[in-house]
This record gives sequence, structure tokens and C-alpha cells, in this order.
Amino acid sequence: MRMTTDYESVIGLEVHAQLLTRSKMFCGCPTAFGRAPNSQTCPICQGMPGVLPVINRRAIEFAIRTALALHCTVNAGCRFARKHYFYPDMPKNYQISQYEEPLAVNGWLEIEAHGTTRRIGIERLHLEEDVGKLVHEGTLETARASLVDFNRSGVPLMEIVSKPDLRSPEEAAAYLKTLRAILMYLGVCDGNMEEGSLRCDTNISLRPRGSTDYGVKVEIKNLNSFRNVQLATAYEGERQSAAIMSGQIIVQETRLWEADKGKTLSMRSKEYAHDYRYFPEPDLVPLKVEQRWVDQLRTTLPELPVARQQRFVTQYGLPAYDAELLTQSRALADYYEAAAREYPKPKIVSNWVLSELLRELPGDDEAALARCPIPPRNLARLLALIDGGTISGKIAKDVFEKMYSSGEDAETIVKREGLVQVADTGALASVVDQILAANAHAVEDWKKGKKQSLGFLVGQVMKATQGKANPAIVNQLLLEKLPKQS
Amino acid sequence: MPTIAELGARYRSGEATPTEVVESYLQRIETLDPQVRAYVTLTRESALAQAEAAGKRLKAGRPLSLLDGVPLAIKDVICTNGVRTTCASKILENFVPPYDATVMARLGAAGAVMLGKTNMDEFAMGSSTENSAFFPTRNPWDLARVPGGSSGGSAAAVAADLAAGALGSDTGGSIRQPAAFCGTVGVKPTYGRVSRYGLVAFASSLDQIGPLARTIRDAALLLQVIAGHDPLDSTSTDVPVPDYPAALGQGIQGLRVGIPSEYVIEGMDPEVGKAVSAAIEALKGLGAKTEKVSLPTTDYALAAYYLIAPAEASSNLARYDGVKYGHRAAGGKDLIQMYGRTRAEGFGPEVKRRIMLGTYALSAGYYDAYYGKAQRVRTLVRRDFQQAFERVDVLACPTTPSVAFKLGEKEDPLQMYFCDIFTIPVNLAGLPGVSLPCGFTQSGLPIGLQLIGKPFDESTLLSAAYAYEQATPWHTRAPALT
Amino acid sequence: MPDPNVEHLARLARLDLSEAEKERMRAQLDAILTYIDKLRQLDTEGVEPTSHAIPMVNVMREDEARPCLPAGAMLANAPEREGDFFRVPKIIEE
Ligand SMILES: [Mg+2]
Ligand SMILES: [Zn+2]
Repeated sequence: MRMTTDYESVIGLEVHAQLLTRSKMFCGCPTAFGRAPNSQTCPICQGMPGVLPVINRRAIEFAIRTALALHCTVNAGCRFARKHYFYPDMPKNYQISQYEEPLAVNGWLEIEAHGTTRRIGIERLHLEEDVGKLVHEGTLETARASLVDFNRSGVPLMEIVSKPDLRSPEEAAAYLKTLRAILMYLGVCDGNMEEGSLRCDTNISLRPRGSTDYGVKVEIKNLNSFRNVQLATAYEGERQSAAIMSGQIIVQETRLWEADKGKTLSMRSKEYAHDYRYFPEPDLVPLKVEQRWVDQLRTTLPELPVARQQRFVTQYGLPAYDAELLTQSRALADYYEAAAREYPKPKIVSNWVLSELLRELPGDDEAALARCPIPPRNLARLLALIDGGTISGKIAKDVFEKMYSSGEDAETIVKREGLVQVADTGALASVVDQILAANAHAVEDWKKGKKQSLGFLVGQVMKATQGKANPAIVNQLLLEKLPKQS
Repeated sequence: MPTIAELGARYRSGEATPTEVVESYLQRIETLDPQVRAYVTLTRESALAQAEAAGKRLKAGRPLSLLDGVPLAIKDVICTNGVRTTCASKILENFVPPYDATVMARLGAAGAVMLGKTNMDEFAMGSSTENSAFFPTRNPWDLARVPGGSSGGSAAAVAADLAAGALGSDTGGSIRQPAAFCGTVGVKPTYGRVSRYGLVAFASSLDQIGPLARTIRDAALLLQVIAGHDPLDSTSTDVPVPDYPAALGQGIQGLRVGIPSEYVIEGMDPEVGKAVSAAIEALKGLGAKTEKVSLPTTDYALAAYYLIAPAEASSNLARYDGVKYGHRAAGGKDLIQMYGRTRAEGFGPEVKRRIMLGTYALSAGYYDAYYGKAQRVRTLVRRDFQQAFERVDVLACPTTPSVAFKLGEKEDPLQMYFCDIFTIPVNLAGLPGVSLPCGFTQSGLPIGLQLIGKPFDESTLLSAAYAYEQATPWHTRAPALT
Repeated sequence: MPDPNVEHLARLARLDLSEAEKERMRAQLDAILTYIDKLRQLDTEGVEPTSHAIPMVNVMREDEARPCLPAGAMLANAPEREGDFFRVPKIIEE
């Protein structure tokens, strides 16, 4: 398209991550998800008269650790501010957030897209409190009334704002994916986008390629998956370029991504909502972030995804592709390493984890792996049974499935179900004879030079032995007994 | 009428029981409060139950504290679990908090008895208690006059002996000014000395709860119980709380008393000036050394306050929106209508004025010129006091430029704001201040002396006030009510 | 001379004011702001703002969950409720 060669997208992402603290940002209510409405609240997080906030230390520590992982400058001083607007999910009608003095600024992370690595700037990272949840009777547009649940109100949120450094929908998705992996590695957010633990808004504008100015930007809200980030920014880029081409002016506005329609829709303008009247939160005192504290928190940083991926390539000799998939989540990488320690053939372990295990697991996050019925040691022992000739690779896959559904170990299943491989040449020889006699046409084909006949005959023997025959021995026996090929 | 200290002594000697005392207070309230109208809510049943429990403890020789069984009045801006807390506003007319303010928990643990909740200017905004959404409170010394405000109900209750003592709150003078108007003692502690948890916020960086009582010793006894660090209030300090009553009676020999020259202003009631001068002479006579000091920013403090306090108030009062608690206007067909009508019906004119002023001070483009500027002026006000306190131990001045005025006399909001011209700088600087009676006008209206102390030095402040009080007869006078 | 836009402020503050109230408000705000204007005479160049008179830093609590209040207690003051939810009229954006 002509227009897309003339214009480039300038994209920035604003990510809100719910922190995995035990209690809320400013009160002692638990942060549990999915409880009965208004059962996880107290006077503080419901904004009753006279209540006061007190800062959760762990939330600050989580934010500092994230800031360090994102190479940010952690500010020596920071303070909370009030941001005002009226909305029924916000109990005080102001949000305690950070404004002029955020916790951290000026970081970066590296993303892989279009086959290259690019460094994307982080503008700022700050903490704030989440709002409650609205349930509409119907949709927001058609509802006569809405219902409010304050359970989520006051849950700590970390806001991470990128610089407008992203240039394509693919880069936007890659940024979010990379950031999510880092947050999960740090253990500060569960990364669950469907449940809203990780939320993303996007800013996008177009400018003539080669220009360094910024165009009028449009904000897109409600992007709850990587796919939606990619689709919505792609749609919005097209929409804006078409508008520019037809001589229209882009207005600064907020648009909503409607995933089922595959388009962004303008939200009614909020011209009066923009005066947030920020001022320093008088109920809280400033934070003085001492270097000692930051240094101590730096020592608690885990190995992050990029470093771990590189190590997987060098230490285990894995292909880059395997290493990338295995390090997508800290829990999966930990699983892999535990299994590879017990069964030191790293590529085989990788194959099993990436194909068999991920096929069964509902996800690759911590929660999914915590519920995984096959501990790494059991996977390693299953693989050892193949090596030892006890079972075939094919039987092993069946055993794996049984291990997954029952939680039993491989030995127990193999023993109980009599799956031990038949490697007895004498016993197998008579089966081979029977198969050869029963499949004269295949023997004929073989004689005529059809090599596939061998595979067919091996398959028949395996079938006759219910998969328990050692395929290498069957192969050898057949080659001995078949007539010469002409 | 016994003081809190005397009541305690009578309880312990068996001369009186809390039930008798509480019953006689309830009786007195029934007789006199229809004239004074100090109370918004009476908690008769629970007061009697608390008195009975206190009586049992006293009889067993195990009182919880020096306040066990002492009947108190609580300003209706302090949250009381299960007892309606209105802030004298229509918007909270039926609000029943499911929690206690920290000061209430402390009074409860000390065995104090709550007689009821007292009237005030709506959301503590005002200096006359005429801004109550329910009714004005009258000054027990002259029922045609205001008791001051915003803690007018608490001050009037103490002055008319409708409670042995009371709690108020002070953002710009709201304890000290009504104490002066009603001839009682009122203490505004250092910011951070008393927990604000459960105090319905007016201006968070200025608000402080404090006692109103008939004597300095009673005020010290009350402060002793409510002061101290509270983990629920991030702005409450963990500076140790000294034994306030024990600090009394040490005398003031050599005490350096500063007389701020800026606290003599045009339009000040000459009788107030005379009484305060006489009080300063009396302090000298008790061994204090006086010295003139200058607080040059004083003239700007009121202006700075009328940006800072409304700005914070506009934010603090945003939560009253008809969604979670309080009044909701009927008939709003959408949320915006419901918000606008609820707040229009729920708030009185002074509250609306301050919300508008505060919204303006914080709004985009004006922040630096208004709120930001006021916070810088605040730094200068603090510096003035810091410099003065390098040379003196306490400051002495009038609490208010005039005595209690007539109901309806001050219609112009600005004129009302000037009532607090001597008390506001103390809040801006976070200092402790006390007002105590220092005389009466010819027509028999009380005059207040304000003493201002160094941060967290309430002990020196109270002992200076005590020395003066004991040397003068003012605290022994009572209004004639029948 | 300050000239606050009373309409705009009332909308920001969600206060429905009658025309008479607006008129009165305009005059009163004008008088108050004229008085406040005296602050301009004071040079505050290089003066740090004070947001708390008593300077303190780093007040935090440990991350410990405490029991909540039951939904019934939290909803007892609700002007309108539906089940254990607060109910509000139709939301429209402005
Ligand atoms: Mg945010
Ligand atoms: Zn809570």
C-alpha cells in the first residue's frame, strides 16, 4: 500500500500490572481474586470518611526490583499524589498515584521482532491503587444501572510507560510479551491478561517516514492479549493512514478496541475529565529511597529471560528457538532445568517439554506448572526408561499421557500395564514369521524394491505385540528373514 | 461542678459513682441543652451502660485509667462505631461508621463514657457553628451569641457543664477559637501528636484532634490518653509522649515568653488587647521573661490557608457522591445528574464555596500560582516560628481578635475568615497551641489567651498555661444557665 | 485579576448550582481571590514548598493481610444496593 510506505507508526505502551502482594496497596485487605462481591474490603479501600492510607512496603520493593530489571534510574525521593476524577468504581473519587515524582524513570528493555533486536525506552515506572469493578446490567451503553464491587479497589498496580519507540504492531506485541516475561520472572505479577492482572493501553500516531516530529496520538484501551495489541495497533494504523490520505484530521481521543468486531471505536469525548488536579497526597509522607535499600534489592534479582535464554544455548547446546520457548516463563525454565539435571540429554528433554508437556499444560505460567502432575524428576525417569530399552519411544508417549492424568510415576504404570518392551529375539522371531506369512503381498512388494514395505511390516509386528516389541530388534529380524530385493 | 480530676478523685474515694454522675449529666442536658443545642446525637443508653461497667471496675479497685467513668462529649467529625457520625452535614445525616476513630478506641480503653456527639460547622468549615446543617449552637455566656467554631458544640457543652470534657478538631483554630469564645481551655496538639485515623478529613495537612476542658489539668489528662503514635496514620509520629499531668505545677521561673508584634492588629477589640496585656504581665509576675519577637509572614498566613485548606477539602470531600454511603438525591436519571444533585443537596453554602475555591486552586494552569505558592508561603511561616523559638520557649498572644459575636452578625465569608487570623499560622506550622481564659469583657464575655509552643513540646505549653490559670480566677467562673 | 470560570469549576466538582448560586459564588470567589492575591507581594523565589509542617519520610507497613469487614457491614450505609453490590444509575461519560 502506498500510504504505509509514506507513513510510519509511532507506538507507545502503558502497562498496568497488579502486584502479587498479600495485602492491598494502602490497607490490610487481601488481594485474592474471584471472591464474593464486596467481601474483600474495609473502610480504607472503600474510601469511608476519616480513613487513611498506609504504604505497603512490599509493593515498593516489587516496583524497585522491576525498575532495576528494566535498567531504570530509581529516584532518590518519590511521593504519591492524588489524581481526581469522578467515577463510581473509584471510592474516593481520586486515585492515589504518582505524578511529578515517580519511583523510577528512564529505563529500557530489548525486544526481538522482524529478526532483529531493538532497545525500547521506558519513560517511567510508578505505583498506584487499582479501582473497583463495575458490572453493567447489559452493556455500558444499554444499561439502566451499574453495580459496583470494591474487592479490587486498592490492589497495588505498577504502571510502566514506554517511550514512543515502537514502530510496528509486531514490535508492540513483542514488547508486551518481553515485559510480561520479565514481570513474571521477578515474581511481581502473575501475568494473567485474561483476568486483568496485566492490562495494556496503547498510544499510536503516524508521521511521515523520516520525520522526527510526533503526530496527533490516539489512545486505545482494553487490550487484553498480545494478539489484540497487535491487531488493534494494526487496525488503528490503517485507519489513521486512510484518514490522512483522504484529507481528514486525526483528533486526539481515546478509542476502545472491540475484539469481536476487529475495530477501534471512539469513546465519547471526555473534555472535562482531563483536569486531574494532581497534588501531593497529604495523608502520606514522601519516600526517601536510600541507595543501600536499592543495592540490597538488586541482589535479589533473578536471572532474567534474555540472560537465561543465552545460557540455555551455551550451557545445554539448545537451538535458539528451543531456548526462547523454554525461557518464556520462569516456571517452565525452572522445570526444564530440573529435568535436564536428572536426565542429561538436554535436547531430548527440550523436545519432550516443548511438545508433550506443553500440549497437556493449560499454560506455561507459575500457576500451571505448580499444578503439573508430572514433576521434572518423573519426566527424567520416563526418558531414562527409553534409553534403557525398557519401553519404546512410542509407548513412552502413552505412558506420559497416563502419568499426566494419574500423577503416577512411569515405573508404576509400565509395571502395572505390562508395557515392558519385548527384546527377546526368540519370542519375536515367531511373531515375525507369522507376520511374513500373513502378508505375502508386502513381501512381494519388498522383493520388487518397495522400501516402504519394511516399515509396514515393522508396524504389523508392533501391532501384534501391542507396541511392546523393541523396534530395533524387529527391524533387524525382518531384514534377516526377508528375501533379497531384486 | 467538679473537674475531671475531681471526678476521678470522687470515684476512687467512693464519694460518687459514674452512674450517678452520668445520670446527672443526662438530666442537665435534658434541662439545658434545648437552649444551648450543643449535641447533635445523644447516646444515653450506651453512656449508662459504659458508666455501669466503669462503676464495677472502680468498685473492684481496678479502674482503667484516670478517665474511667468520666463523661465526655465528642465532636461529630470523629467516627464512632455504630453511632451516627454526621459532620453536621446533610450528606452524612444517616452515616453510621462500622469503625472507631483511633482516639475513640483509646478513650474506650481508658474507660471514658461518651454522652453524645456535638454540633459543629459543617465538615468543620466555619468559626461560629452557624454552618451546621441542623441548627446553630448558642454561646452559654450569652445565648444570642455564637459559641465559635467549628468545634462550637464541644466548647459550649464544656462551658455549660453538659460534659466533663470534650474532643474537638482544629484545622485553623477550630478548637482554640470556640474555647476562647466559651471561656474554656482548648488544646491543639502538634501535628502528628494525635492520630487522625477516623477523623473525617477537612484539610489533611492541618487537621488535628484535641481536648476541650474546663481546666488545664483536665486538658492534660485528656491529651495523655489520646496522644501517641498510630500505625494507621502515616502522619502520626512516634515521638514519645511525656506524662503531661506530671509536668504541671513546675512553675515558670525563667520561662522565655515571646510576644509577636504582628499579633496586634487594626480592628482588634480593645478589651481583648487589654486582657492579653494583663495576662502577659501576670506571666512576668510568675517569673517568666518576656521579649518581643517578629513573625513577618503572619500577614500572609490567612491567604495561604484559604488556598491550602480548601484545596485539600475539595479533594477530601470528593468521596461524598451518593454511591457508597450518605445522602443520594432522588430522581437523577443518570450518574452525572445523580452526582451533581446529591452534592448540591448534601452540602451547605460554605462547604460549596470551599470546594469551588479548592477546585480552582488545584486546577490546571493555576496550581503554581495558587496551591504551589501557598505551600511556599507555608515554608516562610514555619521559618518565622523556627527563628522565634530559637530565642523563646513559648509565644503569647490573643486567641482571637474579638469576643463572641451575635448569631447572623458575620454574613460576609471573608469577615468570618478573619476570626482565625491568630490561630491559622499555628496550623500552617504544625505547632501546638492552647487557648485559656484570661478575662471577661464588661458585658461578661470570655476572652482567650493563646500560648504557642515548639513542636512536640506540649509539656512546656501546658505547664505555662497551668501556672497562669492557677494564679488567676477566670477558670472558676461559670455561665449562669437555668 | 483572577477570573474563575464558575461553570467549569462546578462541573469539575460535580456540584449542580442554580443560576442565583452561581452569581453569588462568582462574587464571593472574586472577593476571596482578591484578598488572596496579596500573596503575590511575597517573594517565594527559591523557597521549597511545605506539604507537611512536621517533616517525615518512609512510613510503611509490612505486607500482611488482615481480616476484612463482612460485606453486610460495608454495604449497610449504601443508598441503593442490589445483592452485595452498590447500585448506581446509568453511567454516561461526559
Ligand atoms: Mg495509571
Ligand atoms: Zn481494605
